[in-house]
Amino acid sequence: MQSDIKRLSLILLFAPFALWIALLIILPHMGMVVLSLREKVAPRVYEFGFGNYIDFINEPIYWNTLLRTGSMSILVTFLALLIGFPIAYYIAKIAGKRSRGALFLLCLIPLWVSDLIRAFGWILLLRETGVISSFLTDIGLIDQPIEFLYNDITVVIGLVYTVILFMIVPLVSTLDGMDNAMIEAGYNLGGNGFTVLRRIIVPYAMPGIVSGCIVVFMMTAGSYLTPILLGGKNSSWFTEQIYDQFITRFNWESGAAFGFLLLAFTSIVVWIGLRLTGQTLANTVAKS
Amino acid sequence: MKHRTKMTGLMAALLLSTASFAQAETLRLLTWGSYAPEELVQKFEERYPDIDVEVTFSNNEEMIAKLRATGGAGFDLAQPSHDRIHAAQMEYDIYKPLDLSKIDTSVMETSHLEGVKANTTIDGEVYAVPHQWGTSGLMANKSVAPDFKGWGDLCDPQYEGKTSMRLKRTILLGTAFSMGHDPFAAYSDLDKYQQILDEVAEKLIECKSNIKAYWKGGDDLSAMMLSGEIVASETWDSTAYKLYGQNKDIVFVPPETGALAWIDTFALPRKGKADDAAYKWINFVLEPENVTIMSGSTGAIAAVKGGLDLLPEDKREAVTAAFTDADIANLKFFANIPAGVEDMEGKTLEKIKAATGG
Repeated sequence: MQSDIKRLSLILLFAPFALWIALLIILPHMGMVVLSLREKVAPRVYEFGFGNYIDFINEPIYWNTLLRTGSMSILVTFLALLIGFPIAYYIAKIAGKRSRGALFLLCLIPLWVSDLIRAFGWILLLRETGVISSFLTDIGLIDQPIEFLYNDITVVIGLVYTVILFMIVPLVSTLDGMDNAMIEAGYNLGGNGFTVLRRIIVPYAMPGIVSGCIVVFMMTAGSYLTPILLGGKNSSWFTEQIYDQFITRFNWESGAAFGFLLLAFTSIVVWIGLRLTGQTLANTVAKS
Repeated sequence: MKHRTKMTGLMAALLLSTASFAQAETLRLLTWGSYAPEELVQKFEERYPDIDVEVTFSNNEEMIAKLRATGGAGFDLAQPSHDRIHAAQMEYDIYKPLDLSKIDTSVMETSHLEGVKANTTIDGEVYAVPHQWGTSGLMANKSVAPDFKGWGDLCDPQYEGKTSMRLKRTILLGTAFSMGHDPFAAYSDLDKYQQILDEVAEKLIECKSNIKAYWKGGDDLSAMMLSGEIVASETWDSTAYKLYGQNKDIVFVPPETGALAWIDTFALPRKGKADDAAYKWINFVLEPENVTIMSGSTGAIAAVKGGLDLLPEDKREAVTAAFTDADIANLKFFANIPAGVEDMEGKTLEKIKAATGG
């Protein structure tokens, strides 16, 4: 009787997770695999084959866009880490107990507004007749309005702004668990600030760094709104290609193949990243 | 055992509640952003208290994608443009034929009605009738670009960095016309069409440095135009008419090679469940006083007899400021898109977007 109840509660606890994984992740992805392996030969006639993947390889525009998306996402991840780490360190280690909560909340507040509104915020600031450009003309620094919008730098700024929180949160939570005595010990043993950072703080924060980087990289590579709205004439983003295949070209088969290629590509980049830094998922993400 | 009876009780209750839902009929509209103004929906529900109207806003491509995903279920009335029905029906079988006897076609402008019928007849069955029509063309700020008159002027160096366009099929077609081709005639010979597309791509890549940015929706286009960041752009006429209301210098310019005209239609999704309600809605919005309300919201002209006169005052003023009778006679109606063309155009657009022209 007792064991029955135990087993039942285990099943009930596990069920939402299993259903979520099976119905919303695995099943749709299997549908996408099947779809991506269909080739259209004529209206309402399809054949099994790898044509959609071969098209991708044969068309430089597609893989150039994918590489572009990948490299820009890596840049965004790097910048987010560079900017996010000091912030997280300040919140976790330097700020007083009371201000810590307030600072953390300040980081969270922008997230209460949707991606779209935040992108429009940047548009209002950066456009030729926008706040920054007119301010600079008013104080006489420039004599002609400047267009800050519609280029790759804007896309990178917008993306870093959107994702940086997902870097800060895991970093704060790992750094929070670090004993201050470890840092003191480092100094006592004659290390300077840089050595302490390199030999003690960064290794300790590694689980947070790795999980933050993975989340940020995946979110950036899969983002759609920010690159579309802030990007310029030449800023293609791979998600835009997928959207175009599905919606404007009615080519679901090739869109599904592209979706899988993006998934495979980002997974490989994450794997290479782990390899190069000598980390494994087990001793980083699983720990944080 | 006790559990089991509880379950059956619950199931029964659930079934009963869905059954009572089904009694009030729901009309699920799949249409464009401004094509179901709140005022009209309320008026309709007052006249037919047993029908609830649910509106989903969309565009041509998404309408087809949504209906394709369900095989034509989930909606009772869709409003794609006239050139987007034939191929979509051939390929995905998402619409059902109309029963024309249930629609008051006598009020419709004959040329539009016959045009749409010709475009959407498959195996002798008609799949769509016209609702509203409008054009794609150019707009210019007359105080700074008084001579703007053709698609090619978007690439004129004197407006460098001050023009915009949307990177979609309209600009491909417009540019093809401005280069002296007839892309619609080339639909029957896809090799020829590819040649035209290649020429157009070359021209538009060269033109990239002249363009400030590609606009993506009516809002960013309006902001760029009103702030003076650009002086001319490719546009939908309804956007230009709205801006005319705020700045009388901004007018719609039908290109000298002819504005590209579309007709948004009524079509029944194949698995729609409320055909009668759909026919009631069609006839309802064709009534003259409702036409005025509708056009006030859409900025497009109803495809009914005397549709221009039924426009609200300000919109009619904007239309007459833009079009002469010769311009109207010169309209180029979008031709049915044959299978495969969307793919060719998509590739061309990608090529232009990816080129590093400027």
